[in-house]
Order: sequence, then structure tokens, then C-alpha cells
Amino acid sequence: MTPVSDSSPATAPCTGRPDPGTMHDVAAALERGDITAAGLCEQLIERMRSVDPGINAFRHFHADQIMALAEASDDRRGRGETRGRFDGVPVAVKDNIAVTDQECGCASRILEGFVSTYDATVVARLKEAGIICFGRTNMDEFAMGSSTEQSAYGVTRNPCQPQKVAGGSSGGSAAAVASGMALAALGTDTGGSIRQPASFCGVVGMKPTYGRVSRYGIVAYASSLDQVGPITADVRDSAILLDIIGGRDDRDATSLPDAAGGFEAALDATDPASLTVGVPREYMAMEGLADDVRRTLEDTMARLEKDGATIVEISLPHAKYAVATYYVIATAEASSNLAKFDGIRYGRRRGDDTDLMNTYVTSRSEGFGMEAKRRIILGTYVLSSGYYDAYYLRAQKVRTLVRRDFEQAFEKCDVILGPVSPITAYNTGADLDPLSVYLADIYTIPANLAGLCAISVPVDRDKDGLPIGMQVMAAPLAETKLLQAAACLESERDAL
Amino acid sequence: MTDDTAHELDVAKMAQLARLDLTDAEAAELRKNFVEILDYVKLLQEVDVDGIEPTAHASHISNVMRRDESEHGLDTETALRNAPATINDELIRVPPVIEDQEGSA
Repeated sequence: MTPVSDSSPATAPCTGRPDPGTMHDVAAALERGDITAAGLCEQLIERMRSVDPGINAFRHFHADQIMALAEASDDRRGRGETRGRFDGVPVAVKDNIAVTDQECGCASRILEGFVSTYDATVVARLKEAGIICFGRTNMDEFAMGSSTEQSAYGVTRNPCQPQKVAGGSSGGSAAAVASGMALAALGTDTGGSIRQPASFCGVVGMKPTYGRVSRYGIVAYASSLDQVGPITADVRDSAILLDIIGGRDDRDATSLPDAAGGFEAALDATDPASLTVGVPREYMAMEGLADDVRRTLEDTMARLEKDGATIVEISLPHAKYAVATYYVIATAEASSNLAKFDGIRYGRRRGDDTDLMNTYVTSRSEGFGMEAKRRIILGTYVLSSGYYDAYYLRAQKVRTLVRRDFEQAFEKCDVILGPVSPITAYNTGADLDPLSVYLADIYTIPANLAGLCAISVPVDRDKDGLPIGMQVMAAPLAETKLLQAAACLESERDAL
Repeated sequence: MTDDTAHELDVAKMAQLARLDLTDAEAAELRKNFVEILDYVKLLQEVDVDGIEPTAHASHISNVMRRDESEHGLDTETALRNAPATINDELIRVPPVIEDQEGSA
């Protein structure tokens, strides 16, 4: 790993691991009384103030509130009334997740000044565990993008090399953890928005099974694909956060009834020899797969095999249709979900206040950025009369075939290994055409279409020193196997 | 679908349906993007989907019901906290929706 640099924003502040340690390190130190929550938060706030001007990971940050919550946590601990092991541990939250009395802007002008009036279920569960919401992280507007360059409030830079993008859409969350400003963060993942920035920044990012984590209080982009998940310094912290935020919620009708939890404890039973790892033959042949990423995949396979895992070749015949399927379904859902932003009930109202249509059109046209407009219009088209069957309905049928590919593959293996992104982080302002950006989502999108769980683990670096993450995918609700496999990859990385 | 499908996307009409007003430069950029994107999406036409059920949703659950009991929701003050304009702190003020025959609101 790159050595810890000084905290000047001019140099790359990529530590990969926060100075105070991981969430579980910090929890142990709090338990021993070696540190206090107030001292910890003060240290992280200081780090944020020196580093974030060069990164722009945070949209909003209220140091006074954080310190008050940290002191309250220390008081609870002093009285022996702690809410649990992680009481007083700070976790950053993406700007599309509602926290009572905090701005929730989705990095969009149309929500400028919007303040949440309730907690998302994931936030309520963090608070019940005594966790402190540590700032709101930057993102592509309404989670539409892969570089955080679509934020209305400036790009988030990659802490490893600030001229590179952090990835997206949860780029702020990934950069905050990678630069040691936050111990951990929550992101959302609709087509790779947790896993790809985690891969670009060299941290762990997990998309749980669709329905594992409540979406209540998350601003929807594409409802049948969206899922909240952790971005952390190591695999254990991802398991810890999933234990805390996962599980059935009456307020989300898509929330699964299955019992969640015990994921951290299950890591102790990790045994590479018990794993059968499938590698899709189609993945190696994908156009645009960078040499360094391909080599990392081959190295990872070889190391897992050496550790006793069984590697099998599998086939996902419909893999090449995933991007086209996704961009029809996701834009269709987005055009519907974003129709509510019209300047009437909340958000920023613009235009002639005596003319309803002018108010709608002006509020939306001035409020949305270019990528949001692109997806709204494309989604409107694929749902429009005469094109619905040819685009939307056909894409939903291909989605069924993509899902069946995985059902068949998981009869032959426990987990599937592949790249997260065909490339490593690219330069900011590269001005790529939208289609080529969409195509880079080829490895992450299938997990969302099929409702799988999937995780990105930093494994190596490319020739320029940029992180390369590898992805593990597992069947719906198979997070235990997923996290154990991820822990195997991580121990390989640590051995490098 | 014909090979010209990508060119059938009337950007101005779709923008109007989506309540968006595009500048000429935005419309030109989007027109170019959509030709490329829809050309790529044509890939889906080669898949045999005969007899395949559509997937609307990634999970298998459906028809989640709750008891028909009233619950305490947001109070008026909280619900109006983000309203762009209000009347008497109890209503959202909106532009006129219905106009009478004489044209006055």
C-alpha cells in the first residue's frame, strides 16, 4: 500500500485506511478507554479540514453537531449506558439519504435548501447503534453517473491521484474513506455506484441483495435496482455495517422478510478451501478490458486456487446485453421517479409564479443538470406510446434471461469472481461521450439487474499506481459466502 | 423496429412531455447522444425473448399488505417545511391550475 502522505491537499492523501483505524479497531479502543468519541471525531474533523479542500468529498459538514453527538456518546459510555460496540463511531452518509434536520440535496440544484423531515431507515438504525452521521458526501446528481463529475457542486477528486476521478456515483463516500476523512460511509448502488468508486479509490464497497436493506428515506433513481450499502476500509467493517443497517422494514414494500445479521461473526469461519469460485468465460473476452485489470483477475484466480479454493469456468451467455438492458430500464424508472421534482411541493421553484406550466418547465430546466436531463428524456422515450414494447418491455424480458444465467451459474459455484470496472480511474474533465461511460458499467450492472449481492475489494494497483478492485458476486441473500470470499481476496492483498 | 428507430426520437417532443425546456446546444448534444445510445440498444433486438416473462423487480415478493390502521404522520408545519411558497402556514401556494372562461384565475 502507498505510505501515508502528509495532509497537504497538494499531495495525494490516499491512505486506504483511516489513521484512527477501522470501525472495529476504533470500537475496541473505545471499549478499552484508550480514546473517546469526542477525541476521535476531533481528529477526523481536523483531517477533513486539511484534506477535503483538495478532494471535495463532502457536500455538507456540521462539526458542532458532530462534536455534540460525540460528547453525548462519551457520556453514555461513562454511565455504562452505551448503545453498543459502535456507540460514538462516525460514519459518513451520501447526499441522497435522509437524515432529520440535515440538507438532502442529491447534489442537484433542484433540491437546493431541502432539509429532511425524517430519518431514512438505515440512518435510524445507525443512530440506534449510537453511530454519528459524519457529514454528507458528494455524488453524481441523483446518482446518475460514474465519476461524480455530474454533481452540481463540483467533481470529487481521487485521493490516490487528485487529477483522477473518484468514480461514482458514490464518489464522495469512497474518497472520504480512502483519504482517511471518514472511518466508513454509506453509499447507494443502482448499476455499480458503490462498487466502482470503491475500486477506483482502493477501498471496500458492497451492494447487498436487493431487498436486504430498506430503501425508505433514500431518494429513488431506479427503484427496481437501487440498494444502500457500506463503503469501508476493510471487509469486516462492511459486514459490521450490514449487520446494523440490514433487515426487514415495514416502510419498504420491497424489503425481504429473511432474517439478517451475523455477517461479522460468520467471517471467523472463512475458509478458502470451502469455496467454489466461478469465473465467467465471457468476462475475459470483453472488449475494453485493460491489460492490468485482466492480469489482476488472473493473479487473483491463481492465488485463490493456491489457497485451496476451487476455480471453475462458468458461462453467462446474456452478459453482453446487460448495459443495453440497464440503460432502458434505469432511464425509464428515472423519468418516472424524477417527475415529482416540479417546484411545487418542495425543492427550488423558478419561473413565472402565475403560470403553472412555466413554473414546471423553468424549475426543472434550471434545476436538473445535463446527465439527469439526458436520462429523463431517454426514459420518457422508451416508455412512450409506440416504443414501450420495443424498448422497455423487451429490456424487462432480457432482464429475466440475465437473471436466469446467474441462477444456472450458482448451481456450479458459490461465488462469481470478475473485474469491477474494465479500467482504472481516469482523468477528470476527460469529456467522454455518454455511451462509452455507460459501457464501463458492464461488470457491475448484472448484479443489480438480477438482484444479487456483490462486493468490490481492492486487490492491486495498475502500472500508474491506481487501485484495482476485484468483484465478488453471490446469489440473493448469500452475503455470508460473499463476505467470506471477499475476506479471502483481502488477505491476498495484505500478503502482497 | 426499423434501422431508423434511433432517428425517430423527437428530442423536442420528448422534452416537452418531460416538462423540460432545452437550449439549442443541449438539444443538439442530446440528439447526437441518442443516435449513438439507441443504436447500441438495438443489440437487444437479436435476443430471442419469445415466451419469456418480463422481470419488473429483482425480488420475488409481491403484494405486501399492512393492517388498515391509521398512523400518526407528519404535522402540517413539518410537512410544509420545504414548500417553496405557503399561505397562512397551512397550505402550499401554487400557480393557478384552472382558469375561468374570462381568463382571470
